[in-house]
Amino acid sequence: MRFAKALLFFAVLVLVWHGVALSERWSPLVVPSPVETLRFLTGAVRDGSLWEAFSVTMGRLGTGYFVGILIGMPLGFLTARFDWARDTVGVAGLGLQGLPSVCWVPLSLIWFGQNESAMLFVVVMGTVWSVALATDNGVRSVPPIYLRAARTMGSRGLHAWVKVILPASLPYIVSGVKQGWAFAWRSLMAAEIYVAIPKGYGLGQWLHHSRELLRMQDVIGIMLVIVGTGLLADKLLFSPWERFLHKRWGLSK
Amino acid sequence: MGEGINGLNGMVGGMVGGMVGGMGSGMSAVTEELGAPAKLLIDGVSKWFRSGVVETHALDRVSLSVEEGSFVCLVGPSGCGKSTLLNMIAGLEFPDSGSVQTEGRRVTEPGRDRMMMFQESALFPWLTVLGNVLFGLRLKPGLTRREQKDVAMYYIRLVGLERFANANIHELSGGMRQRVALARSLAPNPRVLLMDEPFAALDAMTREQLYGDLQEIWAARRKTIVFVTHNVREAVCLGDRVILFSPNPGRILEEFKIDLPRPRDINSPDLAKHASAITAALKNRPGGGGEAAVPAGERLLGLERALLEGEA
Repeated sequence: MRFAKALLFFAVLVLVWHGVALSERWSPLVVPSPVETLRFLTGAVRDGSLWEAFSVTMGRLGTGYFVGILIGMPLGFLTARFDWARDTVGVAGLGLQGLPSVCWVPLSLIWFGQNESAMLFVVVMGTVWSVALATDNGVRSVPPIYLRAARTMGSRGLHAWVKVILPASLPYIVSGVKQGWAFAWRSLMAAEIYVAIPKGYGLGQWLHHSRELLRMQDVIGIMLVIVGTGLLADKLLFSPWERFLHKRWGLSK
Repeated sequence: MGEGINGLNGMVGGMVGGMVGGMGSGMSAVTEELGAPAKLLIDGVSKWFRSGVVETHALDRVSLSVEEGSFVCLVGPSGCGKSTLLNMIAGLEFPDSGSVQTEGRRVTEPGRDRMMMFQESALFPWLTVLGNVLFGLRLKPGLTRREQKDVAMYYIRLVGLERFANANIHELSGGMRQRVALARSLAPNPRVLLMDEPFAALDAMTREQLYGDLQEIWAARRKTIVFVTHNVREAVCLGDRVILFSPNPGRILEEFKIDLPRPRDINSPDLAKHASAITAALKNRPGGGGEAAVPAGERLLGLERALLEGEA
Protein backbone atom coordinates (compact mmCIF):
# COMPACT_ATOMS: atom_id res chain seq x y z
CA MET A 1 0.00 0.00 0.00
CA ARG A 2 2.76 2.42 0.95
CA PHE A 3 4.69 1.34 -2.08
CA ALA A 4 1.66 1.92 -4.29
CA LYS A 5 1.24 5.43 -2.89
CA ALA A 6 4.87 6.27 -3.58
CA LEU A 7 4.59 4.84 -7.09
CA LEU A 8 1.47 6.85 -7.81
CA PHE A 9 3.12 10.02 -6.54
CA PHE A 10 6.12 9.62 -8.81
CA ALA A 11 3.95 8.64 -11.77
CA VAL A 12 1.98 11.88 -11.37
CA LEU A 13 5.23 13.82 -11.05
CA VAL A 14 6.60 12.38 -14.30
CA LEU A 15 3.28 12.98 -16.07
CA VAL A 16 3.27 16.64 -15.06
CA TRP A 17 6.87 16.92 -16.20
CA HIS A 18 5.95 15.31 -19.49
CA GLY A 19 3.02 17.67 -19.91
CA VAL A 20 5.19 20.71 -19.27
CA ALA A 21 7.77 19.47 -21.76
CA LEU A 22 5.08 18.75 -24.39
CA SER A 23 3.55 22.20 -24.01
CA GLU A 24 6.83 23.63 -25.37
CA ARG A 25 6.28 26.66 -23.21
CA TRP A 26 10.01 26.49 -22.46
CA SER A 27 12.78 25.45 -24.78
CA PRO A 28 13.78 21.75 -24.54
CA LEU A 29 17.18 23.09 -23.55
CA VAL A 30 15.63 24.24 -20.31
CA VAL A 31 13.00 21.55 -19.79
CA PRO A 32 13.96 18.33 -21.55
CA SER A 33 11.24 15.71 -21.82
CA PRO A 34 11.25 12.63 -19.62
CA VAL A 35 11.42 10.55 -22.79
CA GLU A 36 14.73 12.18 -23.74
CA THR A 37 16.04 11.66 -20.24
CA LEU A 38 15.07 8.01 -20.31
CA ARG A 39 16.67 7.62 -23.73
CA PHE A 40 19.91 9.06 -22.37
CA LEU A 41 19.83 6.75 -19.35
CA THR A 42 19.18 3.58 -21.35
CA GLY A 43 21.89 4.58 -23.80
CA ALA A 44 24.34 5.24 -20.98
CA VAL A 45 23.54 1.94 -19.38
CA ARG A 46 23.86 0.08 -22.67
CA ASP A 47 27.26 1.48 -23.69
CA GLY A 48 28.58 1.02 -20.15
CA SER A 49 29.50 4.66 -19.64
CA LEU A 50 27.09 5.05 -16.76
CA TRP A 51 28.46 2.02 -14.95
CA GLU A 52 32.00 3.28 -15.51
CA ALA A 53 31.30 6.72 -14.05
CA PHE A 54 29.29 5.18 -11.25
CA SER A 55 32.18 2.85 -10.36
CA VAL A 56 34.67 5.70 -10.33
CA THR A 57 32.44 7.76 -8.06
CA MET A 58 31.66 4.85 -5.75
CA GLY A 59 35.34 3.97 -5.49
CA ARG A 60 36.16 7.48 -4.35
CA LEU A 61 33.19 7.64 -2.04
CA GLY A 62 33.93 4.27 -0.49
CA THR A 63 37.57 5.12 0.16
CA GLY A 64 36.90 8.61 1.49
CA TYR A 65 33.99 7.50 3.64
CA PHE A 66 35.93 4.58 5.07
CA VAL A 67 38.95 6.73 5.90
CA GLY A 68 36.64 9.38 7.34
CA ILE A 69 35.02 6.89 9.72
CA LEU A 70 38.37 5.36 10.56
CA ILE A 71 39.63 8.76 11.70
CA GLY A 72 36.38 10.22 12.97
CA MET A 73 35.27 7.47 15.30
CA PRO A 74 38.48 7.18 17.37
CA LEU A 75 38.58 10.97 17.44
CA GLY A 76 35.08 10.97 18.93
CA PHE A 77 36.07 8.41 21.56
CA LEU A 78 39.11 10.52 22.37
CA THR A 79 37.18 13.76 22.83
CA ALA A 80 34.55 11.98 24.92
CA ARG A 81 37.14 10.36 27.15
CA PHE A 82 39.64 13.14 27.72
CA ASP A 83 38.75 16.71 28.55
CA TRP A 84 41.96 17.99 27.00
CA ALA A 85 40.95 16.39 23.71
CA ARG A 86 37.49 17.89 23.88
CA ASP A 87 38.90 21.34 24.59
CA THR A 88 41.24 21.13 21.60
CA VAL A 89 40.25 18.72 18.84
CA GLY A 90 36.62 18.78 19.97
CA VAL A 91 36.31 22.53 19.55
CA ALA A 92 38.10 22.42 16.20
CA GLY A 93 35.76 19.65 15.05
CA LEU A 94 32.70 21.60 16.08
CA GLY A 95 33.90 24.55 14.04
CA LEU A 96 34.96 22.56 11.02
CA GLN A 97 31.73 20.59 10.93
CA GLY A 98 29.95 23.84 10.18
CA LEU A 99 32.26 24.50 7.24
CA PRO A 100 30.61 23.42 3.97
CA SER A 101 32.90 20.78 2.50
CA VAL A 102 33.15 22.56 -0.85
CA CYS A 103 35.20 25.16 1.01
CA TRP A 104 37.98 22.60 1.28
CA VAL A 105 38.31 22.43 -2.52
CA PRO A 106 40.58 25.46 -3.08
CA LEU A 107 42.92 24.39 -0.31
CA SER A 108 43.09 20.78 -1.41
CA LEU A 109 43.79 21.84 -5.02
CA ILE A 110 46.78 23.85 -3.85
CA TRP A 111 48.00 21.12 -1.52
CA PHE A 112 47.48 18.09 -3.70
CA GLY A 113 47.02 19.42 -7.24
CA GLN A 114 44.46 18.20 -9.76
CA ASN A 115 44.37 14.58 -8.69
CA GLU A 116 42.61 11.84 -6.73
CA SER A 117 44.22 12.88 -3.45
CA ALA A 118 42.58 16.27 -3.65
CA MET A 119 39.24 14.58 -4.18
CA LEU A 120 39.79 12.18 -1.31
CA PHE A 121 40.86 14.95 1.03
CA VAL A 122 37.62 16.83 0.47
CA VAL A 123 35.51 13.74 1.12
CA VAL A 124 37.44 12.82 4.26
CA MET A 125 37.15 16.36 5.62
CA GLY A 126 33.44 16.27 4.93
CA THR A 127 33.00 13.00 6.81
CA VAL A 128 35.38 13.08 9.76
CA TRP A 129 33.82 15.82 11.84
CA SER A 130 30.23 14.73 11.75
CA VAL A 131 31.23 11.16 12.61
CA ALA A 132 33.53 12.36 15.41
CA LEU A 133 30.88 14.64 16.92
CA ALA A 134 28.18 11.96 16.78
CA THR A 135 30.50 9.43 18.42
CA ASP A 136 31.48 11.93 21.11
CA ASN A 137 27.84 12.71 21.72
CA GLY A 138 26.97 9.03 21.85
CA VAL A 139 29.62 8.19 24.41
CA ARG A 140 28.63 11.13 26.58
CA SER A 141 25.01 10.06 26.45
CA VAL A 142 25.68 6.64 27.94
CA PRO A 143 23.66 6.58 31.17
CA PRO A 144 26.17 6.56 34.06
CA ILE A 145 24.12 3.85 35.74
CA TYR A 146 25.20 1.37 33.05
CA LEU A 147 28.81 1.96 33.97
CA ARG A 148 28.08 1.74 37.67
CA ALA A 149 26.24 -1.53 37.19
CA ALA A 150 29.07 -2.82 34.99
CA ARG A 151 31.66 -1.83 37.58
CA THR A 152 29.93 -3.71 40.36
CA MET A 153 30.05 -6.77 38.11
CA GLY A 154 33.79 -6.39 37.64
CA SER A 155 33.90 -4.63 34.27
CA ARG A 156 36.48 -1.88 33.90
CA GLY A 157 38.95 -0.34 31.47
CA LEU A 158 38.96 -1.83 28.00
CA HIS A 159 36.26 -4.35 28.86
CA ALA A 160 33.90 -1.56 29.92
CA TRP A 161 34.67 0.33 26.70
CA VAL A 162 34.08 -2.59 24.40
CA LYS A 163 31.21 -4.26 26.22
CA VAL A 164 29.34 -1.29 27.68
CA ILE A 165 30.24 2.12 26.27
CA LEU A 166 30.48 1.03 22.64
CA PRO A 167 27.17 -0.87 22.50
CA ALA A 168 25.44 1.72 24.67
CA SER A 169 26.39 4.49 22.26
CA LEU A 170 25.56 2.43 19.18
CA PRO A 171 22.29 4.25 18.37
CA TYR A 172 24.19 7.54 18.24
CA ILE A 173 27.08 6.07 16.30
CA VAL A 174 24.75 4.58 13.69
CA SER A 175 23.00 7.88 13.16
CA GLY A 176 26.38 9.65 13.07
CA VAL A 177 27.74 7.24 10.48
CA LYS A 178 24.59 7.70 8.46
CA GLN A 179 24.95 11.44 8.63
CA GLY A 180 28.60 11.01 7.69
CA TRP A 181 27.50 9.19 4.56
CA ALA A 182 25.32 12.11 3.54
CA PHE A 183 28.21 14.51 4.15
CA ALA A 184 30.64 12.34 2.21
CA TRP A 185 28.24 12.11 -0.72
CA ARG A 186 27.75 15.88 -0.83
CA SER A 187 31.48 16.52 -0.49
CA LEU A 188 32.32 14.15 -3.30
CA MET A 189 29.84 15.72 -5.69
CA ALA A 190 31.28 19.14 -4.89
CA ALA A 191 34.79 17.81 -5.38
CA GLU A 192 33.97 16.11 -8.67
CA ILE A 193 32.34 19.23 -10.03
CA TYR A 194 35.23 21.50 -9.05
CA VAL A 195 38.28 19.29 -9.34
CA ALA A 196 38.92 18.55 -12.99
CA ILE A 197 41.34 15.68 -13.31
CA PRO A 198 42.46 13.86 -16.42
CA LYS A 199 41.86 10.35 -15.15
CA GLY A 200 38.68 8.94 -13.68
CA TYR A 201 35.42 10.39 -14.92
CA GLY A 202 32.80 10.36 -12.16
CA LEU A 203 29.12 11.27 -11.98
CA GLY A 204 29.83 14.78 -10.72
CA GLN A 205 32.18 15.53 -13.57
CA TRP A 206 29.71 14.12 -16.06
CA LEU A 207 27.01 16.34 -14.59
CA HIS A 208 29.28 19.34 -14.97
CA HIS A 209 30.22 18.57 -18.58
CA SER A 210 26.64 17.88 -19.56
CA ARG A 211 25.78 21.39 -18.49
CA GLU A 212 28.63 22.78 -20.56
CA LEU A 213 27.31 20.81 -23.55
CA LEU A 214 23.79 22.07 -22.80
CA ARG A 215 22.48 18.49 -22.56
CA MET A 216 19.87 18.99 -19.89
CA GLN A 217 18.39 15.52 -20.35
CA ASP A 218 21.80 14.15 -19.34
CA VAL A 219 21.97 16.49 -16.35
CA ILE A 220 18.58 15.38 -15.09
CA GLY A 221 19.36 11.74 -15.84
CA ILE A 222 22.56 11.85 -13.76
CA MET A 223 20.79 13.69 -10.98
CA LEU A 224 18.26 10.88 -10.88
CA VAL A 225 21.08 8.35 -10.65
CA ILE A 226 22.60 10.28 -7.74
CA VAL A 227 19.27 10.45 -5.91
CA GLY A 228 18.68 6.75 -6.55
CA THR A 229 22.11 5.85 -5.23
CA GLY A 230 21.42 7.75 -2.01
CA LEU A 231 18.12 5.92 -1.50
CA LEU A 232 19.70 2.58 -2.26
CA ALA A 233 22.59 3.18 0.14
CA ASP A 234 20.13 4.06 2.85
CA LYS A 235 18.22 0.84 2.26
CA LEU A 236 21.27 -1.39 1.98
CA LEU A 237 23.73 0.14 4.44
CA PHE A 238 21.67 1.72 7.19
CA SER A 239 18.22 0.21 7.28
CA PRO A 240 19.47 -3.17 8.56
CA TRP A 241 21.22 -1.43 11.45
CA GLU A 242 18.21 0.68 12.24
CA ARG A 243 15.98 -2.37 12.16
CA PHE A 244 18.37 -4.12 14.53
CA LEU A 245 18.37 -1.17 16.93
CA HIS A 246 14.63 -0.96 16.72
CA LYS A 247 14.25 -4.62 17.57
CA ARG A 248 16.79 -4.71 20.39
CA TRP A 249 16.44 -1.31 22.01
CA GLY A 250 12.83 -0.75 21.12
CA LEU A 251 13.84 2.58 19.63
CA SER A 252 11.67 4.13 17.01
CA LYS A 253 13.48 5.19 13.90
CA MET B 1 39.78 5.57 62.96
CA GLY B 2 38.86 2.23 64.51
CA GLU B 3 39.91 0.02 61.67
CA GLY B 4 39.98 -3.70 62.16
CA ILE B 5 37.49 -3.92 64.99
CA ASN B 6 36.09 -7.39 64.80
CA GLY B 7 33.10 -9.05 66.32
CA LEU B 8 30.95 -6.01 66.29
CA ASN B 9 27.35 -6.89 66.70
CA GLY B 10 24.78 -4.29 67.11
CA MET B 11 21.76 -6.39 67.73
CA VAL B 12 20.05 -7.02 70.97
CA GLY B 13 16.44 -8.14 70.87
CA GLY B 14 13.39 -6.02 71.33
CA MET B 15 11.66 -3.42 69.27
CA VAL B 16 14.28 -0.78 69.74
CA GLY B 17 17.81 -1.93 69.21
CA GLY B 18 20.96 -0.43 70.55
CA MET B 19 22.70 0.87 67.46
CA VAL B 20 22.69 4.59 67.22
CA GLY B 21 25.11 6.30 64.91
CA GLY B 22 26.57 9.70 65.39
CA MET B 23 27.54 9.31 69.02
CA GLY B 24 29.28 12.32 70.41
CA SER B 25 32.81 11.02 70.42
CA GLY B 26 32.75 9.89 66.81
CA MET B 27 34.02 6.51 67.91
CA SER B 28 32.32 3.38 66.76
CA ALA B 29 29.43 2.23 68.84
CA VAL B 30 30.65 -0.97 70.36
CA THR B 31 27.89 -2.78 72.11
CA GLU B 32 28.19 -6.47 72.59
CA GLU B 33 30.21 -9.31 71.26
CA LEU B 34 28.00 -12.21 70.40
CA GLY B 35 26.92 -14.37 67.49
CA ALA B 36 28.52 -14.57 64.05
CA PRO B 37 31.16 -12.00 63.16
CA ALA B 38 29.79 -9.04 61.31
CA LYS B 39 29.70 -9.46 57.57
CA LEU B 40 29.67 -5.74 56.98
CA LEU B 41 31.13 -3.19 59.28
CA ILE B 42 30.53 0.49 58.85
CA ASP B 43 32.61 2.35 61.33
CA GLY B 44 32.20 6.05 62.02
CA VAL B 45 31.64 6.97 58.39
CA SER B 46 31.30 10.63 57.41
CA LYS B 47 30.84 12.02 53.93
CA TRP B 48 30.53 15.48 52.47
CA PHE B 49 29.52 16.43 48.95
CA ARG B 50 30.75 19.63 47.48
CA SER B 51 29.25 21.20 44.39
CA GLY B 52 30.47 24.74 43.84
CA VAL B 53 30.06 26.64 47.07
CA VAL B 54 27.35 24.36 48.43
CA GLU B 55 28.55 21.71 50.81
CA THR B 56 26.26 18.93 51.89
CA HIS B 57 26.97 16.82 54.91
CA ALA B 58 25.64 13.53 53.59
CA LEU B 59 26.68 11.22 56.41
CA ASP B 60 27.77 12.06 59.91
CA ARG B 61 29.71 9.44 61.87
CA VAL B 62 27.49 6.53 60.96
CA SER B 63 28.30 3.16 62.45
CA LEU B 64 26.51 -0.05 61.66
CA SER B 65 27.26 -3.72 61.56
CA VAL B 66 25.42 -6.25 59.47
CA GLU B 67 25.56 -9.95 60.28
CA GLU B 68 26.03 -12.68 57.74
CA GLY B 69 22.74 -13.69 56.20
CA SER B 70 20.64 -10.93 57.70
CA PHE B 71 18.26 -8.63 55.92
CA VAL B 72 18.76 -5.02 56.90
CA CYS B 73 16.62 -2.15 55.64
CA LEU B 74 17.84 1.44 55.65
CA VAL B 75 14.92 3.83 55.80
CA GLY B 76 14.78 7.56 55.68
CA PRO B 77 13.74 10.55 53.57
CA SER B 78 15.74 11.55 50.53
CA GLY B 79 18.98 13.27 51.39
CA CYS B 80 19.63 11.22 54.51
CA GLY B 81 22.61 9.55 52.91
CA LYS B 82 21.24 6.02 52.86
CA SER B 83 22.00 5.52 49.18
CA THR B 84 25.44 7.02 49.66
CA LEU B 85 26.10 4.47 52.37
CA LEU B 86 24.99 1.69 50.04
CA ASN B 87 27.31 2.99 47.31
CA MET B 88 30.16 2.93 49.80
CA ILE B 89 29.50 -0.70 50.63
CA ALA B 90 29.44 -1.38 46.88
CA GLY B 91 32.78 0.37 46.51
CA LEU B 92 31.42 3.00 44.14
CA GLU B 93 31.97 5.83 46.61
CA PHE B 94 34.31 6.28 49.54
CA PRO B 95 33.96 7.82 52.99
CA ASP B 96 35.78 11.04 53.87
CA SER B 97 36.44 9.58 57.29
CA GLY B 98 35.74 6.29 58.96
CA SER B 99 35.79 2.99 57.17
CA VAL B 100 33.62 0.43 55.44
CA GLN B 101 34.74 -3.17 55.76
CA THR B 102 33.57 -6.50 54.48
CA GLU B 103 34.97 -9.57 56.19
CA GLY B 104 37.47 -7.44 58.03
CA ARG B 105 38.87 -5.90 54.83
CA ARG B 106 38.44 -2.29 53.95
CA VAL B 107 36.35 -1.70 50.81
CA THR B 108 38.51 -0.04 48.18
CA GLU B 109 36.71 -1.04 44.97
CA PRO B 110 33.64 -2.86 43.71
CA GLY B 111 33.78 -6.61 44.12
CA ARG B 112 31.88 -9.65 43.01
CA ASP B 113 31.12 -10.46 46.65
CA ARG B 114 28.88 -7.38 46.74
CA MET B 115 26.31 -7.00 43.98
CA MET B 116 24.11 -3.99 43.56
CA MET B 117 20.58 -3.56 42.28
CA PHE B 118 19.32 -0.12 41.30
CA GLN B 119 15.97 1.64 41.21
CA GLU B 120 16.01 1.73 37.43
CA SER B 121 16.86 -1.76 36.37
CA ALA B 122 20.13 -0.60 34.73
CA LEU B 123 19.84 -3.59 32.43
CA PHE B 124 21.72 -3.35 29.14
CA PRO B 125 19.24 -2.89 26.28
CA TRP B 126 21.69 -4.30 23.72
CA LEU B 127 21.66 -7.68 25.43
CA THR B 128 18.86 -10.18 25.85
CA VAL B 129 17.67 -11.32 29.28
CA LEU B 130 20.16 -14.17 29.16
CA GLY B 131 22.93 -11.86 27.93
CA ASN B 132 22.32 -9.50 30.84
CA VAL B 133 22.44 -12.26 33.43
CA LEU B 134 25.56 -13.64 31.77
CA PHE B 135 27.36 -10.28 31.85
CA GLY B 136 28.71 -10.65 35.37
CA LEU B 137 29.31 -14.38 34.97
CA ARG B 138 31.49 -13.86 31.91
CA LEU B 139 33.78 -11.80 34.11
CA LYS B 140 33.94 -14.42 36.79
CA PRO B 141 37.01 -16.61 36.44
CA GLY B 142 36.93 -20.38 36.64
CA LEU B 143 33.72 -21.12 34.78
CA THR B 144 33.39 -22.70 31.35
CA ARG B 145 30.98 -21.16 28.84
CA ARG B 146 28.67 -24.08 29.42
CA GLU B 147 28.68 -23.60 33.19
CA GLN B 148 28.14 -19.86 32.82
CA LYS B 149 25.04 -20.50 30.77
CA ASP B 150 23.75 -23.12 33.18
CA VAL B 151 24.19 -20.79 36.13
CA ALA B 152 22.50 -17.94 34.27
CA MET B 153 19.56 -20.14 33.33
CA TYR B 154 19.27 -21.34 36.91
CA TYR B 155 18.81 -17.78 38.17
CA ILE B 156 16.50 -16.84 35.33
CA ARG B 157 14.34 -19.79 36.34
CA LEU B 158 14.62 -18.75 39.97
CA VAL B 159 12.98 -15.41 39.18
CA GLY B 160 10.41 -17.16 37.01
CA LEU B 161 11.45 -15.84 33.61
CA GLU B 162 12.68 -18.95 31.79
CA ARG B 163 10.24 -18.30 28.96
CA PHE B 164 11.79 -14.88 28.46
CA ALA B 165 15.46 -15.84 28.44
CA ASN B 166 15.86 -14.68 24.86
CA ALA B 167 13.55 -11.67 25.10
CA ASN B 168 14.80 -8.14 24.60
CA ILE B 169 14.74 -5.86 27.61
CA HIS B 170 12.31 -3.35 26.13
CA GLU B 171 9.77 -6.13 25.69
CA LEU B 172 9.54 -6.69 29.44
CA SER B 173 7.34 -4.96 32.00
CA GLY B 174 8.89 -2.96 34.83
CA GLY B 175 8.42 -5.81 37.29
CA MET B 176 9.97 -8.34 34.93
CA ARG B 177 12.95 -6.05 34.41
CA GLN B 178 13.58 -5.88 38.13
CA ARG B 179 13.39 -9.67 38.25
CA VAL B 180 16.06 -9.83 35.55
CA ALA B 181 18.11 -7.30 37.51
CA LEU B 182 17.72 -9.50 40.58
CA ALA B 183 18.84 -12.57 38.63
CA ARG B 184 21.76 -10.60 37.26
CA SER B 185 22.89 -9.57 40.74
CA LEU B 186 22.45 -13.07 42.15
CA ALA B 187 24.20 -14.90 39.30
CA PRO B 188 27.83 -14.22 40.29
CA ASN B 189 26.85 -15.60 43.71
CA PRO B 190 27.69 -12.57 45.83
CA ARG B 191 27.60 -12.83 49.60
CA VAL B 192 26.04 -9.42 49.95
CA LEU B 193 23.19 -8.04 47.90
CA LEU B 194 22.80 -4.27 47.90
CA MET B 195 19.42 -2.99 46.81
CA ASP B 196 18.79 0.71 46.21
CA GLU B 197 15.02 1.27 46.18
CA PRO B 198 14.65 -1.52 43.65
CA PHE B 199 10.85 -1.55 43.72
CA ALA B 200 10.17 2.17 44.04
CA ALA B 201 9.21 2.61 40.39
CA LEU B 202 6.79 -0.33 40.27
CA ASP B 203 3.04 -0.43 40.77
CA ALA B 204 1.68 -1.76 44.08
CA MET B 205 0.54 -5.12 42.73
CA THR B 206 3.86 -5.94 41.13
CA ARG B 207 5.66 -4.73 44.22
CA GLU B 208 3.71 -7.02 46.52
CA GLN B 209 4.50 -9.97 44.31
CA LEU B 210 8.18 -9.10 44.38
CA TYR B 211 8.16 -8.80 48.19
CA GLY B 212 7.07 -12.41 48.26
CA ASP B 213 9.63 -13.50 45.68
CA LEU B 214 12.48 -11.67 47.35
CA GLN B 215 11.70 -13.18 50.77
CA GLU B 216 11.52 -16.61 49.19
CA ILE B 217 14.84 -16.20 47.39
CA TRP B 218 16.44 -14.76 50.49
CA ALA B 219 15.23 -17.70 52.57
CA ALA B 220 16.58 -20.14 49.98
CA ARG B 221 19.90 -18.45 49.18
CA ARG B 222 20.65 -16.79 52.53
CA LYS B 223 22.35 -13.73 51.18
CA THR B 224 23.17 -10.78 53.35
CA ILE B 225 20.89 -8.06 52.04
CA VAL B 226 21.13 -4.33 52.62
CA PHE B 227 17.99 -2.73 51.27
CA VAL B 228 17.48 1.01 50.92
CA THR B 229 13.95 2.39 50.81
CA HIS B 230 11.90 5.38 51.94
CA ASN B 231 8.86 3.17 52.47
CA VAL B 232 8.52 2.13 56.14
CA ARG B 233 6.06 -0.66 55.42
CA GLU B 234 8.28 -2.11 52.77
CA ALA B 235 11.16 -2.06 55.23
CA VAL B 236 9.11 -3.77 57.93
CA CYS B 237 7.89 -6.34 55.43
CA LEU B 238 11.37 -7.31 54.31
CA GLY B 239 13.90 -6.58 57.02
CA ASP B 240 15.12 -8.32 60.15
CA ARG B 241 16.25 -4.91 61.18
CA VAL B 242 15.04 -1.51 60.12
CA ILE B 243 17.55 1.29 60.50
CA LEU B 244 16.01 4.72 60.51
CA PHE B 245 18.04 7.62 59.12
CA SER B 246 17.53 11.33 59.56
CA PRO B 247 18.79 13.88 57.04
CA ASN B 248 20.99 16.98 57.18
CA PRO B 249 23.37 15.51 58.12
CA GLY B 250 22.62 11.86 57.52
CA ARG B 251 22.60 10.00 60.80
CA ILE B 252 21.15 6.83 62.22
CA LEU B 253 18.17 7.91 64.26
CA GLU B 254 17.02 4.62 65.63
CA GLU B 255 17.00 0.94 64.96
CA PHE B 256 14.11 -1.51 65.11
CA LYS B 257 14.21 -5.26 65.17
CA ILE B 258 11.37 -6.93 63.33
CA ASP B 259 10.46 -10.34 64.72
CA LEU B 260 7.44 -11.09 62.59
CA PRO B 261 7.24 -14.60 61.12
CA ARG B 262 8.05 -15.05 57.43
CA PRO B 263 6.91 -14.91 54.76
CA ARG B 264 5.35 -11.60 55.64
CA ASP B 265 2.40 -10.04 53.93
CA ILE B 266 2.68 -6.29 53.50
CA ASN B 267 -1.06 -5.94 54.19
CA SER B 268 -1.11 -7.81 57.49
CA PRO B 269 -2.31 -5.83 60.53
CA ASP B 270 0.70 -6.96 62.58
CA LEU B 271 3.02 -5.50 60.06
CA ALA B 272 1.05 -2.26 59.95
CA LYS B 273 1.33 -2.08 63.75
CA HIS B 274 5.11 -2.33 63.56
CA ALA B 275 5.20 0.26 60.84
CA SER B 276 3.11 2.73 62.80
CA ALA B 277 5.22 2.08 65.88
CA ILE B 278 8.25 3.18 63.89
CA THR B 279 6.41 6.21 62.64
CA ALA B 280 5.30 7.06 66.15
CA ALA B 281 8.76 6.57 67.62
CA LEU B 282 10.00 8.94 65.00
CA LYS B 283 7.55 11.67 65.80
CA ASN B 284 8.36 11.51 69.50
CA ARG B 285 12.04 11.87 69.01
CA PRO B 286 13.71 15.22 68.81
CA GLY B 287 16.24 13.98 66.29
CA GLY B 288 19.32 11.92 65.89
CA GLY B 289 21.94 14.09 67.47
CA GLY B 290 23.00 17.41 68.90
CA GLU B 291 24.34 20.05 66.57
CA ALA B 292 22.21 19.99 63.44
CA ALA B 293 22.33 22.41 60.56
CA VAL B 294 18.55 22.46 60.36
CA PRO B 295 16.18 22.90 63.33
CA ALA B 296 14.79 19.60 64.52
CA GLY B 297 11.23 20.61 63.66
CA GLU B 298 12.01 21.11 60.01
CA ARG B 299 13.92 17.90 59.86
CA LEU B 300 10.98 15.99 61.24
CA LEU B 301 8.68 17.58 58.72
CA GLY B 302 10.83 16.11 55.98
CA LEU B 303 10.79 12.76 57.69
CA GLU B 304 7.05 12.72 58.09
CA ARG B 305 6.55 13.61 54.49
CA ALA B 306 8.67 10.68 53.48
CA LEU B 307 6.85 8.39 55.85
CA LEU B 308 3.47 9.44 54.52
CA GLU B 309 4.71 8.63 51.03
CA GLY B 310 5.79 5.30 52.35
CA GLU B 311 2.42 4.58 53.87
CA ALA B 312 0.57 5.43 50.70
